[in-house]
Amino acid sequence: MGLKILTEHINVPGIDTLETYRKMGGYRSVEKALKTMTPEEVVEEVKKSGLRGRGGAGFPTGLKWSFLAKPEGKPRYLVCNADESEPGTFKDRVLMEKIPHALIEGMITSSYALGARTSYIYIRGELMFVLRILEKAIAECYAAGLLGENILGSGYSLDLHVHPGGGAYICGEETALLESLEGKRGNPRNKPPFPAVWGLYGCPTVVNNVESIASVPWIVNNTGDEYAKIGVGRSTGTKLISASGHINNPGVYEIELGLPVEEFLFSDEYCGGIWKGRKFKAIVAGGSSVPILTGELFLKTAEGTPRVMTYESLSEGGFVSGTMLGSGGFIVMDDTTCIVRNTWNFSRFYHHESCGQCSPCREGTGWMEKILHRLEHGHGNMHDIDLLVNVSKQIEGNTICPLGDAAAWPVASAVRHFRDEFEWHVKHPEKATAPGAVYSGAEDLAFA
Amino acid sequence: MEQTTTQNEVQFSEKAMAEIRRYISHYPADRKKSAILPVLHIAQAEFGGWVSPQVQDKVAEILDIQPIEVYEVATFYTMFNLKPVGKHVLEVCRTGPCMLRGADHLIEHLENRLGCHVGENSSDGLFTLKTVECLAACGMGPMLQIREKYYENLDPQKMDQLLDDLSKE
Ligand SMILES: Cc1cc2nc3c(=O)[nH]c(=O)nc-3n(C[C@H](O)[C@H](O)[C@H](O)COP(=O)(O)O)c2cc1C
Ligand code: SF4
Ligand code: FES
Repeated sequence: MGLKILTEHINVPGIDTLETYRKMGGYRSVEKALKTMTPEEVVEEVKKSGLRGRGGAGFPTGLKWSFLAKPEGKPRYLVCNADESEPGTFKDRVLMEKIPHALIEGMITSSYALGARTSYIYIRGELMFVLRILEKAIAECYAAGLLGENILGSGYSLDLHVHPGGGAYICGEETALLESLEGKRGNPRNKPPFPAVWGLYGCPTVVNNVESIASVPWIVNNTGDEYAKIGVGRSTGTKLISASGHINNPGVYEIELGLPVEEFLFSDEYCGGIWKGRKFKAIVAGGSSVPILTGELFLKTAEGTPRVMTYESLSEGGFVSGTMLGSGGFIVMDDTTCIVRNTWNFSRFYHHESCGQCSPCREGTGWMEKILHRLEHGHGNMHDIDLLVNVSKQIEGNTICPLGDAAAWPVASAVRHFRDEFEWHVKHPEKATAPGAVYSGAEDLAFA
Repeated sequence: MEQTTTQNEVQFSEKAMAEIRRYISHYPADRKKSAILPVLHIAQAEFGGWVSPQVQDKVAEILDIQPIEVYEVATFYTMFNLKPVGKHVLEVCRTGPCMLRGADHLIEHLENRLGCHVGENSSDGLFTLKTVECLAACGMGPMLQIREKYYENLDPQKMDQLLDDLSKE
């Protein structure tokens, strides 16, 4: 059993109430930070912890905090990104639903560190039932003097509000999220300026993921150095993994970074192996935006080193033979999965979610969806396969926000690792489109 | 509670107005527009599950902004229904992880059972069938949302049971 710092008490009855949460040691970090530490000291501990943003990009949280501009006479904001819309990711939802106070405690301690007097939790609109859970928990905190004026007599005051989105994946991108919070369409902003200088209402702003913020209390209570001892190398701490797809035990797991991938996938403590006794074919290991890998390349790098769950190990081999830890959305596919169909589904998603501001993304995602639809339905030709890769290359790196890359990578990697399966769809359309048909290996291609 | 709407007279209930005022108070006084998404959600719940142009105009009036600013937002975000919907809106997740666990079959089953396609209302007007993108429940798929509730780990039998229960409501 690994160390659990976010989910240790997740099954304690009543943990969603302030009373039980405090009984289990909750809100100690607020007392400690507000009464015995300066904001700079809190930032310093988070820096030392090596905590990296859990929203997907893995940018060091303490470093991001230290970039926050502090001009005279302007408020500063902390905005929590609870938009969680990356296909394959559902950890933030589970954490907020089960232990809402974990996030709220993190918000208070982090807001203090950043000098914010008003903070927002931007939650995707579909999670209205979770918004209500958070609002109830926030009301408990106001009543207990943990929010509002002069928190616990420390002289520090904070207002915390929850804001629902309206259904748009792009609002998870931090500048689109800020536009949305200002009451506009979720169009990402051109950067620079970054939110640290020009964020919400033109004021310096930090945007952090739910899990990043919920990790701060433990760091404050136990010191950054202690946190940095968990994990491996630059992948410190624990990480929530959302496990879905063809496994026996789907769900959210907190792991210590550095856990062998084989153990995570096959042991009964975690995913419990591939369902229905089938074989492991492929995986999208970090949410839909990261490159897909074959089962073999996921378990071991191209050099044959067994992989572990860290940012570094999963990206070993670059985009040729590696992937990314991303948001920790672990989507497992068994040997009955059609890769072409799966890639088409994801492409359709990105086309649907493109905000339409930049032509490479708006047009390119549409092209990719169309081509993949053709291939999947048996109307494609060999040229289409190269065209797909070509279009993905023209999107990558040429857009205002990373949604373009996120749309391009899954397609390029699917063709890279499963090209023969795409060719099978072209050469044997009648077989490939038969209900339930799946490509089973090179012999399928050879025999007409 | 449902309210009657006529061409120019959109009237929120006092309870809804209190909720709207509470949201507006969350943002700086000169940033009322920030409340647009929460207010649209309240409006949709208040006026039969969709936001008509008249309702959107009323939202603009309450927030002291131009109607076009509301139209822009209401059309950008997928949660706002711009046409009348059935009593129960079924929002089925169709994205990759749910597809891997059988979302396609669930959608097909719903189309057959309701006698309508995705995006349409059932012939009895009771249900609207919508597909949506990943709802952050991927491990519990296939799943769907009805109003504020998630129904997870569905199969055709459970789905039929749920529809039967809803039909009786
Ligand atoms: C298209 C797109 C969608 C994103 N969705 C989310 C999301 O749902 N939740 C999230 O925390 N970060 C998301 N991000 C990352 C955010 O832009 C941002 O990096 C993150 O919230 C920063 O928090 P962190 O440093 O704590 O990870 C998304 C980014 C992109 C480009
Ligand atoms: S890359 Fe796509 S989603 Fe991002 S700003 Fe451009 S069009 Fe919008
Ligand atoms: S894919 Fe359906 S909830 Fe995520």
